[in-house]
Amino acid sequence: MGIFSFTELASACREQNKHIYEIAQEEEARIAEVDTETIRLRTLENLTAMKDAIKNGLKSKEKSISNWCGDDCAKLQTQYKKHSAIFGKVFEKITEYALATAEENLRMGRIVACPTAGSCGIVPSVIVAVSEELKIPEKKQIDGLLTAGTIGLLISNKVQLAGAVAGCQAECGVASAMAAGALTEMLGGGVNKVIQASALALKNILGLTCDPVCGLVEVPCIKRNAFLAVHAVTASELARCGVESKIPLDEIVDTLKITGQLMSPMLKETSQGGLAKTKTAMELEKVIFRKKS
Amino acid sequence: MEQKSVFSVISPIMVGPSSSHTAGAVRLGLMARNIYDKEFKKVKFVLYNSFATTGFGHGTDKGLLAGILGYAVDDAEIKNIFDIASGIEYSYEYRQDISRHPNSVDFIIDDKMTISGDSVGAGQIRINNINGFSANIDGSYDTLIISYKDKQGMISKVSNIIQKQNVNIASLHCDRDSKGGIATMYVALDIPVGSDVVEQIKEIKDVFYTANIRKLR
Repeated sequence: MGIFSFTELASACREQNKHIYEIAQEEEARIAEVDTETIRLRTLENLTAMKDAIKNGLKSKEKSISNWCGDDCAKLQTQYKKHSAIFGKVFEKITEYALATAEENLRMGRIVACPTAGSCGIVPSVIVAVSEELKIPEKKQIDGLLTAGTIGLLISNKVQLAGAVAGCQAECGVASAMAAGALTEMLGGGVNKVIQASALALKNILGLTCDPVCGLVEVPCIKRNAFLAVHAVTASELARCGVESKIPLDEIVDTLKITGQLMSPMLKETSQGGLAKTKTAMELEKVIFRKKS
Repeated sequence: MEQKSVFSVISPIMVGPSSSHTAGAVRLGLMARNIYDKEFKKVKFVLYNSFATTGFGHGTDKGLLAGILGYAVDDAEIKNIFDIASGIEYSYEYRQDISRHPNSVDFIIDDKMTISGDSVGAGQIRINNINGFSANIDGSYDTLIISYKDKQGMISKVSNIIQKQNVNIASLHCDRDSKGGIATMYVALDIPVGSDVVEQIKEIKDVFYTANIRKLR
């Protein structure tokens, strides 16, 4: 039995009276011909690698090839020690962890693609920051990550999660939908609210282009991780209050795909349009490529 | 539609900065290494479209080279591969071709074998052509590749040998240059088979070439 849509996922959960992560770990165990505990251990392995990337990122200030990026997380840490963010500690940690991971990625450091490397800071920052602040146990963090993975998987059945195929909506946008679902599950939201949180997050990010300056995963990718991590929290808060997306998630995913097809190739990871073609980006390109040769 | 795994979305654990342009490049390189499956002296990488335009910034050039040299996607040495790669000659060419996938590459190994593949997102890959014959290999199964004279009964001869090992065939893909010409068969297997199976297939009349391509870790 395979599940290929959110409608099918919701009915399976309802009929079997199970959480999304329970269905997911059973399906995974069945496909891989192992027990569910092995699946949870594999999930934990990824969670641990995510936490390591955050730790490494928090410590480093190493700059990137462009010499533009790599020290923003340090700026946040310095500032928050002096003045708290108006949204409080969870917000501080989410933005720090998202930047820490994304900056570690640009240094060719070890990270977990989730779903992609360019969007690697979003799911970990939300899961880890909230878990630390609200003392959510590891078991629930694994539940959350499995939920996030299931959401990403069902979206990827319809659209390839690559900026070159469907723009950044398919990378950071999908990551945000995954994080929104994970958070909602971890906070006890239930299946419908998990799906609603993902729907709200994804719907609000449709059309996001992939226009990296000089073809580097830096501008605007790094900071976007912090923005879309917070975006995921907004979606989860709304969903847990009972706000619902008028358009069902399956139809939003179809829209994501079609919007990706309508998007000009110049805005899909080719650096031939958008921010990549601004005056400042072109000047930076000259500097970087001179340095290279 | 075959069901994919949650771990195709959460993963790989890799060095940055891009799953499609770095990890995907490493995995394409690893797959090309498995397909060629012998020592080589020279490799040329032809990068297409987004691989060509933004590859430098994403370390695609380093990833392809590291992969074909056997480095895993999370190996910290990938960053320094140009300093440590020795004993082989390598070169890069950059092209635009809208008939190809946005993230596409050709490996030309020792001027003997051309392997084409795409990085299809989230670090996932697909090898779609080997020496002019269409292929469909994503690295998730051990795959037998068999080149033979196109005629009836060949699929059944091959599948008989595999069946005797109690191994299930996950998928089968065939292509030919012309009726009665040269055909190629790709057999994806649920469990690996030994070299004895390859030897038995090689002995079938009118089989020109057989190789056992290992899946990616």
